[in-house]
Amino acid sequence: MRYEYLMNGSSLRLDPEACVGCGDCLDVCPHGVFRLEAGKARIEDRGACMECGACARNCPAAALTVKAGVGCAAAIILGKLRGTAPSCGDGGCSGNRQADCC
Amino acid sequence: MIDLVRRNAGSEERQAGFAALRELQAPWVERFLVVRGRTIPVVRTRLSPRDRWGAVKVRWDIGRGTYRVLPGLYAAGDPGPDSPVFVSANYKLSFDALRSSLEEIDGWILVLDTRGVNVWCAAGKGTFGTGELASRIAKTRLATLVRHRELILPQLGATGVSAPDIARKTGWRVVWGPVRARDIRAWLEAGRIKTEDMRRVTFTLPERLAVAPVELVHGWPLAAAGLVLAALYGLPADGSWASRALPVAVLLAGLAPVGALAFPALLPWLPGRAFSVKGAVLGTAWAAACSAVFGLPPPAAAAGVLVAAPVTAFLGMNFTGSSTFTCQTGALAEVEKGFWPMAAGLAAGLVLGVVYRALGV
Repeated sequence: MRYEYLMNGSSLRLDPEACVGCGDCLDVCPHGVFRLEAGKARIEDRGACMECGACARNCPAAALTVKAGVGCAAAIILGKLRGTAPSCGDGGCSGNRQADCC
Repeated sequence: MIDLVRRNAGSEERQAGFAALRELQAPWVERFLVVRGRTIPVVRTRLSPRDRWGAVKVRWDIGRGTYRVLPGLYAAGDPGPDSPVFVSANYKLSFDALRSSLEEIDGWILVLDTRGVNVWCAAGKGTFGTGELASRIAKTRLATLVRHRELILPQLGATGVSAPDIARKTGWRVVWGPVRARDIRAWLEAGRIKTEDMRRVTFTLPERLAVAPVELVHGWPLAAAGLVLAALYGLPADGSWASRALPVAVLLAGLAPVGALAFPALLPWLPGRAFSVKGAVLGTAWAAACSAVFGLPPPAAAAGVLVAAPVTAFLGMNFTGSSTFTCQTGALAEVEKGFWPMAAGLAAGLVLGVVYRALGV
C-alpha cells in the first residue's frame, strides 16, 4: 500500500553537483524516495517523503537538505501551547502514543 | 590474540556478578558472562509469557512510561571479540523485539538511554542520537570487548544518528540493519544485503491498529462528554427522555471508538490527503448513519454532523503522530488551517442542538 500525505517531501532538496553517489540515502530512506542513476542519487518519489531527515543526516557529502521534524499534530499543538518548536513533551510522547509514535 | 571471553571466572568475579544480578533482577536475564573482569548480562532470546503480558499491558497504556531496561551492554548467546554489536533503545518493547530476533545468534547488545522511548521516536527527538551513541560506546568500553569497529543499528535510527559523524568522532562504522528486528536473521544470512522490503516502513492494518487500545483508553473523556450532552439533550426528564437521549448518546459517545478504531482501520480508503479531512468525512458518515438509523429529525441530524465532523477531524489529525509517513510541514498546515473550521463547526453544532431542543420541538 502506498501512502501519500499533505505536502510530503516539499522541503527535500538534493544538490546533484555535491552528490558523490554513495547510495547511503537509499539505504536509510524508509520510503524508497531515492534512486541511483548514472552514479548519482535522484529523487524518484518525492510524494512518499515524510521528511524524517535520515538521508540528510547521513549524507557524507552534505548534498541533501530537508526540513526534518516529527510529523505529529499533537507535538505541533503542544509546541504552540508552550510557544516552542513542535515538541514530543517531556519523557515520553506528548499525548498518548509513546509506544508507536512518529 | 587473547581470548576475551573467560567462562571460568574466579570467585571475586562471581561476587561482582551476583551484585550486578541483584541490581538487574530482570527475569529476561538468563545468566552472566564474565569478560575481562566485567560482568555482562546474557539475555534470553525467547520471550516469556511475562514479556508478552507486559507488551499487552503497555498497549493498553498500563505502566508504559516505566517499561524500560537499563542502558548499557548486554550479550546474546555466547559472543566473542568478533561477534556483531547490535544497538537498541531502552524501551522494553524495542529491546524485546531485538533480543527475540537473536535466537542462536551470538552478539552484543548496546542499549542506548532513550528514556524509555522506541527507536524511531527517540531518533526523531534526538535521544537515539549521535551524542548518546558516542558516549555509550565510551561508557561501556565497547572497544575492549570486540576486535572490530562496527555497529549494527536499526535503520530507523538514522533519523537521529549520523553515521559520518560517528565515524569521525569515534572511529566506529555504522551499518544500517533492517527496519524490523525480525528481519535481522535473514539479513545476516544474506550477507548483510537488505532487500527492498527490509528497508521499507509499512503501515499495515495490524500496525495501524497497534495504538488503538491506547487511543481507546484515552478516549473516555470524549465518550463521557458525549453521554453528558446526550443526557442534557434528552431533557426534560419525562417519559420520553431516554428515547430522545439514546440516539444522541450513540452518535456522540460512539465518536471515541470511531476515532480510535474505525479511523486507523479505514485510513487508506478515506478520501483526502490531510488526516483532518479524512476524519471529517468519517465523522460525517457516522453522524449521518446514526441519524438515518434512529430517524433523527433533520435539524438534530445537522447538529450531529456539525459536532461529529470536527471531533473526528481532530482525532484523525492527531493520528498523524501514530502514522509512519506524515511529514511535519503537512501536519503543521493541518493544525493551522484546521483549527478555526473545527472550532466553528463544533460551536455551530452545539448551538444548533441547544436551540433545537430549547424550542422544544
